[in-house]
Formats: sequence, structure tokens, C-alpha cells
Amino acid sequence: MAESILKVEHISLAFGGVKALTDVSFSVERGSVFSIIGPNGAGKTSMLNCISGRYRPNSGNIIFNKQDVTKLRPNDRADLGMGRTFQNLALFGHMTVLDNIMVGRHHLLKNNWITGPLYWASKAQKEELAHRRYVEEVIDFLEISHIRKAVAGTLSYGLRKRVELARAMALKPDLILLDEPMAGMNLEEKEDMARYILDLNEEFGITVVMIEHDMGVVMDISHEVMVLDFGKKLISGLPDEVMADPHVKRAYLGIEDEDTDALQEAG
Amino acid sequence: MSSLTMRPCGDFRTSYKQDNTIFETKTIRYAAILSIIALCFAPLLVDSYFITLLIQISYLGIAALGLNILVGYTGQISLGHGAFFGFGAFASAWLNTSFSIPVFLCIPLAGFLTMGVGMMFGAPAARIKGLYLAIATLASQFIIEDFFARAEWFSGGSAGSMAEPLNLFGFVFDTDQSFYYVALFSLVFMFIWGCNLMRSRDGRAFVAVRDHYLSAEIMGVKLNKYRLLSFGVSSFYAGIGGALYAHYLGYVSAEGFTIFMSVQFLAMIIIGGLGSIKGTLMGVIFMVFLPEALEGGVGLMKMTDWGNIPMVVDGLAYIKEMAIGLVIIGFLIFEPEGLAHRWTQIKNYWKFYPFAY
Repeated sequence: MAESILKVEHISLAFGGVKALTDVSFSVERGSVFSIIGPNGAGKTSMLNCISGRYRPNSGNIIFNKQDVTKLRPNDRADLGMGRTFQNLALFGHMTVLDNIMVGRHHLLKNNWITGPLYWASKAQKEELAHRRYVEEVIDFLEISHIRKAVAGTLSYGLRKRVELARAMALKPDLILLDEPMAGMNLEEKEDMARYILDLNEEFGITVVMIEHDMGVVMDISHEVMVLDFGKKLISGLPDEVMADPHVKRAYLGIEDEDTDALQEAG
Repeated sequence: MSSLTMRPCGDFRTSYKQDNTIFETKTIRYAAILSIIALCFAPLLVDSYFITLLIQISYLGIAALGLNILVGYTGQISLGHGAFFGFGAFASAWLNTSFSIPVFLCIPLAGFLTMGVGMMFGAPAARIKGLYLAIATLASQFIIEDFFARAEWFSGGSAGSMAEPLNLFGFVFDTDQSFYYVALFSLVFMFIWGCNLMRSRDGRAFVAVRDHYLSAEIMGVKLNKYRLLSFGVSSFYAGIGGALYAHYLGYVSAEGFTIFMSVQFLAMIIIGGLGSIKGTLMGVIFMVFLPEALEGGVGLMKMTDWGNIPMVVDGLAYIKEMAIGLVIIGFLIFEPEGLAHRWTQIKNYWKFYPFAY
């Protein structure tokens, strides 16, 4: 058993009277692929937003790399090595793909508004080019080299998703949060994406926390699955264990009517 | 992928350095260098009135580039750029006369002073956006204008203040011809500064904040820092432009730095192209030459029988003002992305000339 990279302890989040999350706790092992599933409105994205710092939970703690990050701003979490992608595309539409990914290197670059413009006189040029080299590695890995000079807003949906993944990878994160990386993709694109997720997990050693609705993918690539329903954690464990759980079947997967009746009778 | 197709055959890049240049191709770079060299000979070739126009383009261009960094690249708005320009002018004159700092140091110092003032007035940007920010910066325009009128220790009040000409190692730049070189050098320097800024860390952060601030923050960009810094850099440019203006004219008075000037700066960058460095320069050239072209047009009309009427001959001042408004409206309707975009389209057209479709 490896150590845990992310520990979520008793997170509760409410928007006025709406309880988005109630007392959710879990921990993610370093180097694993951790999936969060659940019906629409279960609080999956809220959970991810709490981890990445978009929302601040009403109570509870988030421990990342043995450090309490509950009160940190999103940009500070990026410095600590947390990257994420969004459910709805969130690329910088007017920038080229290359620049988009270079923004991911922001927290690792040192030049500023004075040393940057002194390009040749300061070390900015050397620094930019060194980081460009790493960015090209990511571009090679995700097979987007043919579009590196294209403007991000002009790309197709599948490619934009991939560029977004590239941008998050350029952060050189220890932990990457993926919000529905395969939504709206066809089978081939899904297979590609699943392969990238596995590779970035195994080759780059990045821990993955993802939300995904495609059960086939979740079953195949996750090490651990957690089910949320109405803001509460139903169960977490190995994919097969979770799938076998009757509550999960009722809440999310859907089963035959007779079985549901039987379950409801059983209470 | 227009940027790919715009590259000529045989232009292969074998290093990241080659792929990261300011100018797209060698031809463009050589053309730019040659035109700068050609501009160095301008005082020998054209009359001094034309030189004053070129100097005007230089100091207005520097300030307009600052506004474009703020509006075009960072997606914020400022209606107080004219006041910042004026602050730079007064600050440089004040530093020079009150502390007898040499002028060539006063100009950058005035830039930094204006930067501080700009960041102070840009502080609301941390909280508000769009129209509300426009109104907040409008306040800075009026507050600074009022400051010019009241702070006699700083601006000389309604009397204005005198600014010494630039003096470098005993050589005094007090004629149009000599100051032209100072203006040209400053313009080239500040534009290269802008180009390099936009291809390094902070420039990308500005654009990221504009395009999608939520994901910019997730990527590690400190939102408030960059919103403020954008105001700072923008005012820095305005301050440098203003300081050049002061030491060129030798006299600064508060009357020029009104809201009209701020709007004129906005017009320049809208006409030139928001978020484009070469567009900024095109917009400034356009706005400086527009009144000249109108004057020439009226001059031609005077020569004809039907044009030599008081409405045309005496109405020149009104025609100039109306034309600026007309041009802005025209650009917003027909070419909202400005001259820079039009330029790219013309280049694309000629590249594929007989087979454009």
C-alpha cells in the first residue's frame, strides 16, 4: 500500500439551503487512478471544485501532499502540483495551442514583466526555450504536434479536450483532476483518451482523480471508484466491489424493475 | 491554421529559437530593419512638418501600445489613459525641475511614477469588470485632471510647467530633427519591449486572464496580481509617452489631457486592432494622418468651383471631429478586428493570388 497523496476529510459544502456535499471523506493513493461516479447533481464536480480550490468547503479539510490546502487559492495549489481540466472546455480561445500549454508552465517560469521583455539580455530566452522543450514532450505524448500553431478556439471538440489535458500536464502536477475527460466523444476518441490517461499515470507517474460517466472506461482503468449520491458518499472500493453493491445499482446504474422492488422491500 | 499556411515554401525551422522569433519570416524581419534604417534618413528627405508628425506618432504610439496591452491583451478597459499620459508628462517635468534629475533619467522615472498611479486607480479591477470598470477608470480621468489643476507644486496649476529639452552628454535635443531620433529610438525600444513581453511569461498570463480567468487561476496565474500589473504596464507606457511629449514640446499644460484624449487612444487601438502590436502602430499612424488627409482633401476642394464655399473651407475643424467619429463607427461595423486583421487578409489574398478561392 502506497501512501496517500490526497486526503479529503469530512467535507461539507452548502449553497444556501442546498447541500451539495455532506460529510464526504476519502483518500487517494499516490500513483493510482481514482474515479468518482454518480448521477447528475450528485456533487461530483463540486467535490472536484473543492479539491482544486474553486469552492471553499463549509467544513472539513483537504490534505494534499501532507499539507493542508483547504484555505489556499487555486493558483497556490497549482504551485504545489495540482492540475485539472474542466467539464466544459476552458481553453484560452484566442491563443495558439502552444501558448495555451506554455501557460501551464507559468508557475515554473521565473521571468517577469521586466526580465521577460529584456529577452536576450536576461535569461528569459534561455528559460522560455528550455520550457518549450518540455512542452514539446507533452505535445508529442498527446499526439497534437500537427496543431501546435493552430488557434485553440478553432479546434474540434475532441482535440480541445486533448489540448486541455496537455495544458494540465504541462504544470508537471503530482495529481491531476479530470472532469469528464471523455464526455461527448466517439468510441475511438474515448479509447485514445483512456490510453493517454493510463500512460500519463504509468509513464509520468501522475495520480489521476477523474469524474466519468462511461462505466466501461471507469471499470477498465480505475484502481478505485467512489460513488456519490445526493452529496453523500455511498461507497468506495475496487471497481468490481462497487458495481456489485445494491445501493449503487439502485442509485446510479439502474437495474431491472423486479430487483428494484425487491430492494425497496428489503429496505 | 492560417499561421501555418502563411509561411513560404522552404522556410524550415530546425530549432525552437527559430520558431519563437518576433517576426514570422526572415523577409519580414529584414523589411522591418530596413524600414527603420530608412526612417533614420527621414530628416534629410522630408520637410520638418512631416517630422513633427512622425514624432507625434512615436509618443502617441508608445502610449497607445500601453492601452492595447490593457484593453486588447488583458481584456480590461480604461477611460483614463489620457490622464495617465498627462501625468507622465508632468511627472517628468516635475522631476527634472524640482530635483534636477537629468532628463534621460526622468523619462523612465516618470514611467514608473505613472505606473504607481495607474495601479492605484486600477485597483478596482480586482473586483469589477466591464462597464463598471470603465466607469471606475472614468473617475481616475477626472480626479487626475483635477489634480493637475490644483497641485501647483506638481503641475504649475493653470499656468502649466516648463520642461527642459533632453540633454545627453552635452548634446541637446531641442530641434525637431534631433528629437526625432530620440522618439524613433523610444518607439522601437518600447515596441520590442511589448513584443517580448507578449511572448514571455507575463504576457501569456495577461491573455490567459482575458480569455478564461477561471482556468487561468487553476493554471497558477494570480488573477489580482495580473489584473493590477496590466494597469501598471499600461500606465508605464502612457507615462513614457507623456514624458517624451513633455520634453519635445518644452511646455506642458493641463488642458490637453482630457477625456477626449482617452477616447482618442481607444479609437487608435480599435482602428488598429485590439490585441495586436503592429495593429497599434497602424491605428496610430491612421489617426495621425487622418486630419492631414482631410486637410489635403479640403485643400483640393477649394480649388474647384463647387467646393470653394464657406461650409467646407471654414468647417474644417468640425469635419475633422466628425471624421474621427465616422471612422470609428465604420471600423466597428466593417472591420471590428482592425487594420491588423485587414492586413493579414490582404496578405493571404496575395499569397494565393489567382487561386484565392
